[in-house]
Parts: sequence; C-alpha cells; structure tokens
Amino acid sequence: MRKPLSAFAVHAILGLYTLLALFPIVLVVMNSFKARRAIFNTPLHPPSPANFDPVGYARVFGDSSLAFYYLNSITVTAGAIILTLLFGAMAAWALTEYKFRWNTLLALFLSIGIMVPIRLGSVAIIQLVAELNLINTLTALILVYTAQNLPLAIFILSEFIAQIPKDLREAARCDGLSEYNIFFHVILPLIRPAMATVAVFTMIPVWNDLWFPLLLAPAGGRQTITLGVQQFLGQYITDWNAVLAALSTAIVPVLLLYVIFSRQLIRGLTSGAVK
Amino acid sequence: MPQGAYLRLLLFFLGPAVLVYTLFSIYPLLATILNSFYSRQSDGSHLWAGLGNFHTLLLDPTWSGPFWNALKNNVIFFLIHMSVQNPIGLLLAALLSLPRLRFRATYRTLIFMPTMLSVVVIGFVWQLILSPLWGIARMFLNFFGLGFLFAPWLGVESSALITVSLISVWQFVGIPMILIYTALLAIPDELIDAATVDGLNQFQAFMWVKLPLIWPTIGLVSILTFVNNFNAFDLIYAMKGALAGPNFSTDIMGTLFYRTFFGNQLQLGNPAMGSAIATMMLIIILIGVMAYLFLVQRRIQRYSF
Repeated sequence: MRKPLSAFAVHAILGLYTLLALFPIVLVVMNSFKARRAIFNTPLHPPSPANFDPVGYARVFGDSSLAFYYLNSITVTAGAIILTLLFGAMAAWALTEYKFRWNTLLALFLSIGIMVPIRLGSVAIIQLVAELNLINTLTALILVYTAQNLPLAIFILSEFIAQIPKDLREAARCDGLSEYNIFFHVILPLIRPAMATVAVFTMIPVWNDLWFPLLLAPAGGRQTITLGVQQFLGQYITDWNAVLAALSTAIVPVLLLYVIFSRQLIRGLTSGAVK
Repeated sequence: MPQGAYLRLLLFFLGPAVLVYTLFSIYPLLATILNSFYSRQSDGSHLWAGLGNFHTLLLDPTWSGPFWNALKNNVIFFLIHMSVQNPIGLLLAALLSLPRLRFRATYRTLIFMPTMLSVVVIGFVWQLILSPLWGIARMFLNFFGLGFLFAPWLGVESSALITVSLISVWQFVGIPMILIYTALLAIPDELIDAATVDGLNQFQAFMWVKLPLIWPTIGLVSILTFVNNFNAFDLIYAMKGALAGPNFSTDIMGTLFYRTFFGNQLQLGNPAMGSAIATMMLIIILIGVMAYLFLVQRRIQRYSF
C-alpha cells in the first residue's frame, strides 16, 4: 500500500461494497420508526421528531405471541448447542482416546452428515417425529438440530482433543482418576475454546432456520422467531409500519450479538471449515 | 481394564451421539431412499414400486415438466453463485488481506453482516426495496439516469430467478470472502516478499503466487456452494411462497420437494414422490461431493508451511 492512488482505490471498492451490504438493513431499521407517509415520501431520510411514529412496534409487541417465539428460539438454540457440545465432546473423546475395533469405521459413519444435508431425510423425519408424538414440540427441533450439528462438532473437537499432550492424560490416570473424571474434569475444561467455536457456528443456522420449524413445529405457539416473523409478515403484508418493525425486531438482536461475538465467530468459521 | 467396564465406557461416551445422529439423521435418509421405491395406494397401504416413482418423475409429462424445470433453475441458481458470488468473495478477500490495510476488521465485520441474518428477513427486505410501491430501486436508477431500466424484476418470469439468485449472492458473499481471506492470511509473508524482490507487483504476486496456493480453498468454497445451492429452499419460500412464482420460474429442487410432499393449492401431498425427489437431490449432491473428492481434491497438492 505504498502508492496513495491504489490505496484509495482499495478503500473505494471496500467502502462501496460495505455500503451495498449495509444499505438495505439500515434502510429498513431506519424506516421502521417513521410514520407511514414519511416511509413512502422520504424513505432515505433518517427518523426525526417530525416523522417519528412507533405504531409498527406497537403492533408487533401488541401481538404478544412474538415474545413467546423469541423464547422458543432461545430454548431450541440453547438446547441444541448444549446437546451438540456435550454429546459431541464425549464422542470425540472416545474416538480419539480409545482404539477399539470399528473406531475408524464409526468415525467415518459419523462424518457422513458433514456433507449430506439432513434436510433430504425430511419425509422420514416427519413420520418419525409424528410417531414419537413430538409434532409441534421444541424437543423435536432440538433433537433434529443436534443430529444435524453433531458430525462437524465431533470432527472439530476430535482435532482439538488430539492436540492435548498425552502426558496430561497419563498423569491424571496415575493419580487414580477414573476415565469419566478425566473427561469431565481434565479434558472438558481444556477444550473450552474449541467448544466456543462450535457453539457460535451451531447457533446462527439453528436460529435462522425456516425449514424444520415449518415442517415440525408450525403451530400451537411453538413457532421459532424466524417462522413467527415469516407468518407475521404474511398476515400484515400491507401494513408497512408493522412489516418494517417486525423485520427490525428480527434483525437488531442478531446484529448486536454478532458485533459482540464477531471476532470469535469469524475465528470459528475459519478454523472449522478450512481444515 | 476389564472387558465389561471398557464396553460400558465406550457406550457411555459414544452412545448418546450415535443414537441421536443415527435416529434423526442416518435413519431418515435411508428411510427416505427406501420410501422412494414404494407407492402409496388409495387405501393408505404401501406397495413396492421398484423404480416406478423415478420413471414417473423423469418421464411422465405431468411430473417430468416440473422436475426438469426445477433442476434447470437450480443449475442456473448455482451458476450465478459460482460466477458472481465467489469471484466477488475472492476480490474482497484479496483486498482485505493486503498488507497494512487500515479498517480491515471493520470492513470484514460489516461485509459479513448480511450473512448472519435469517434468509426470511433478507428476502422480505429485498422484496420491499424492489417493490414498485416503495420505489427505492427506481429512485436509485433515476439518480443515475437509468430509470427506464426499472421493472418489477421479481414479478416477471424472465428476471425473477436471476433476481432471487443475486439476492442470495448478496447475502452469502461473506462466506467465500472469509474462507479465502483466512487462506490468504496463512500464506507466509516471506513468500510474497521473495516474489516482490523478483520484480512482481502486488497484482502479479497475487495471480502467480497466492492464487495457486489457495486453489484448495476455492475448491472447498465451490463444493460448499454446490451443496448449499442444491439444498436451498428458505429464500424462495420466503419471497415467492411454495408455488415459486411467477409461473414456477423460481422453482428449485427444494421448493419442488416441499410442494410435492406437502401438497398445495394445485395438488395433494404425495410422500412417495416427495421421497423420490429427495432421493434425486441426494444423488445430485453425492455426485457433486464425489466429483470434488476424486477429481479436485486428489489433484491438489497440499502446501504446508
């Protein structure tokens, strides 16, 4: 970046693309605070006392179910992350530490899900969930997302566990710790960074997914926020204030979380996918 | 350790993961494939149909029309991602990885932002922006004196698929960008310094030194794009509904599968044919993955520093 001209060109391209990436989001959030007339007449103006009107938010929060949908999404995402991490770490530990028969075969079996999308089994998943009487429950979603995320979690955690020095486990064994205690008290604390990585990139696709909520829990107050917003938008399609406010309530919390965790998330995405 | 205790240990650690994964991932995939060989009779019983469902899907005009249409649209959807999303991602990654760039983290964080959001939200946001009612898109074209170019792109058969694809490109460009960016960062500076000493400028150094080194990552990005595109559903469903209008011009495999399985205003749900479509999707994705593993990954030399 010695020549000022080329530095300028680089910043111009990156800056323009950043604008392109942000513009639609900013536009929607900005207009969600404005009166209907201002949304249409001066869409590019920021909200001001003259055109401020929170009627859209009144409608969104007046529809009390959206608060429940948030709660549903939080439950599903947290549940899926906890199960993925716990089961994934346990399996990764056994696969790396114990050299039993079928070890390689089992590892291969567990990695099928990395490339084959579980969505393609949806027909049978619905039948299975119906048979288990789990339609319109959050449990069904948690189990499906856990199954979906386990393969990559096991893969990443195995690589991480393999890097832990052997001496450490042997020392723990000499101290008379049981295999269970070694895992829960020695290994788990050590792989916390890798677990954070897995957690952040389990979180986003689960939170944003539309497919499985639509198939497995489309009604009965068990909708996730993504599906809830989709249904809300369909209902209020002509009410621009409500639509913009609903979109903003879906956008802002995710972006806040993203900005807080962006460093960790991007590190996670890269360390996980590049290998 | 005694045999029994060892077995219990393995069962304890591996059991939960294997159970959940097998029950909710492998079993449904296998059952779906199996389902596609049966047809459902009017009395609800299942009858072995061999390849009958596939025969119907590929050759019976009422089924093959929509199937080939969805497959063709899906291929276009994928090609647009390959030719627009990945080159832009590569360009952004190349710029971001330039040495001594200021605001690097800010650009990276902001450009990646849309990727974080739900496809449902993105679909709706763009629907509003492109809507003739709100007129944002027209306003912009007018600003550049190009107002005559404006059309309700999402509502016109000839442009709807391209428009939807470009919206998806806009949302997911962050993924190739981040993956390629990390690969570029992993290249040691000495290599670039050596190239510059040899008289290459920044651009030549990128083309002749960096690019060959990141081919494995570009291969990975391509196969990820392929799998995600042939598995896509959310955006089309959120923007155009299950009927993927206008006149099925945005119909891809995912929406065809959903419509066939659940039924819609035009037809009753058909689990057997739905399974057949899902199996076809599985075959397409597996062909892609196999091609990647055998043709691309094998030939690529892995460099380690």
